[in-house]
Amino acid sequence: MLGQNENGVKKRMESRVMLNKVMMVLFFLATTVGLIFLGLLFYRVLTQGIGYLSWDYIRSFPAPYPDKAGIWAGLIGSIMLMAIVAVFSVIIGVSTAIYLEKYASKNKFTDFIRINIQNLAGVPSIVFGLLGLTFFVYMFQFGYTLMAGGLTMALLVLPVIVVAAQEALRSVPSEIEQASYGMGASKWQTIARVTLPAAIPGILTGTIIALSRAIGETAPLIIVGAATAIYTLPDSVLAKYTVMPIQIYNWTGRPQEEWQYVAGAGIIVLLAILLLMNSIAVLIRNKFSRRL
Amino acid sequence: MSNVTKVQKEKNEGTAVPKVNKKETKKAENSVINVNDLNLWYGSNQALYEISMDIPEERVTAIIGPSGCGKSTFLKTLNRMVEMVPIVKTSGSINYRGNDIFSNKYKKEYLRTKVGMVFQKPNPFPKSVYDNVAYGPRVHGIKKKEVLDQIVEKSLKDAAIWDEVKDRLHENAYGLSGGQQQRVCIARALAVEPDVILMDEPTSALDPISTAKVEELVQELKEKYSIVIVTHNMQQAARISDKTAFFLSGELIEFAETDDLFQNPQDKRTEDYITGRFG
Repeated sequence: MLGQNENGVKKRMESRVMLNKVMMVLFFLATTVGLIFLGLLFYRVLTQGIGYLSWDYIRSFPAPYPDKAGIWAGLIGSIMLMAIVAVFSVIIGVSTAIYLEKYASKNKFTDFIRINIQNLAGVPSIVFGLLGLTFFVYMFQFGYTLMAGGLTMALLVLPVIVVAAQEALRSVPSEIEQASYGMGASKWQTIARVTLPAAIPGILTGTIIALSRAIGETAPLIIVGAATAIYTLPDSVLAKYTVMPIQIYNWTGRPQEEWQYVAGAGIIVLLAILLLMNSIAVLIRNKFSRRL
Repeated sequence: MSNVTKVQKEKNEGTAVPKVNKKETKKAENSVINVNDLNLWYGSNQALYEISMDIPEERVTAIIGPSGCGKSTFLKTLNRMVEMVPIVKTSGSINYRGNDIFSNKYKKEYLRTKVGMVFQKPNPFPKSVYDNVAYGPRVHGIKKKEVLDQIVEKSLKDAAIWDEVKDRLHENAYGLSGGQQQRVCIARALAVEPDVILMDEPTSALDPISTAKVEELVQELKEKYSIVIVTHNMQQAARISDKTAFFLSGELIEFAETDDLFQNPQDKRTEDYITGRFG
């Protein structure tokens, strides 16, 4: 069939090969868009912020003058907030995942829960902020405190952790669970001694990635009342607090140019913490994936 | 090295003459498990039909048959592992030493400590050799280190793997060869001191030398345990078992002394299968 039409095939060949090259270039350009802007971001932030970044900057509280201001309150606030988020979201999230994967029978109701947990992961963070304001700030009367902020953020990352933990539990080979049942272990013993230890790398990786998303969140915390400028560190979970993104947001809103550089230095600190958390996640994944 | 060649030699002889150092145990036959009119369905597909057989005590019972004949399903029913598949339904009865295993009063966890299992693929936990073998005793509440040490050593010795792993007890079991892993799994099953050991094609993932070692081990274990072994390898059944059951399409076709079944099959289908006419 092609033989009769050989000249036509030859003619078109050139344009087909050409089109192939054009498409490759287009896809490559699409890929570079993200990289270029990431590079620009790094360049701007580093050149503007690096001058203000110093040990003093890290250890200082906010101040009325750009060269006296520092990120200390935000840094410690963010770390404490993440600790609260981690404790609540991991305990509730992993328990939910264990129930859904190991105990719940497959029926319409549990399917409904499964689907909605995934939907919940897509709900805008500001909505969680409003939820937190209603429940934790007013109803439970935590006020504008670290606890209210932490619980709100825990709800925000909960669906992500549930889904990650479900996947981690599902990827544990059933052969080793059967070995455990075969020796007379109960379901809970099998989960606690075989399934969970094998799933922990996956759960940890998912948790850290969820937390690194949460550490950059601003919107819900503005609603549940993180302070914009505080001059002491929170001394309990019921104290006022601020976090890095709110501090940075606050500085960028000021008219004098120097504050932009102070904000830039804050972004460097935030990015460094994010990078650190993601590297830990990658390390954990690599360390344990070799074993299984 | 000499050990290996010896085993290999035995193995070669084994294929020529069906019986290798099989100990003649013609003691009065007590049964440990009695199966009566067992039917089993996966959803609406019936996998086992009206199976009745008595598993003898302290002997090796082999179950042979072509793929999909229900032999593994039957084996897993004996310690209720088959119920891991949620849609399984059964009728009929299985008694383990006089206890109805399907009774609500008889806990399946207890049944499984008495009727242990070795799986087709070596499935050690991603833990050390020691922790693998100590797993069962720990599950059953033994915490004292001296007691665990003793159990681990004894189980590994009984599984004929102690000499190979005694210097690497605290290394991950995944670092062992497939054959060694399977014997560690056998040691792990022995550590809970079962009465019956179910083996689901335990050598199908192993090389011939490891297979020979496991077969030798089965011969030693029947001194103390009742063993039911599913195998797709008829020579293996002939070599190591005292009684053999032939399954076909979910039915028990013939169950007899191994020598009788292989030399003088009563059913035409058994004869066709063991002479290689199908399967």
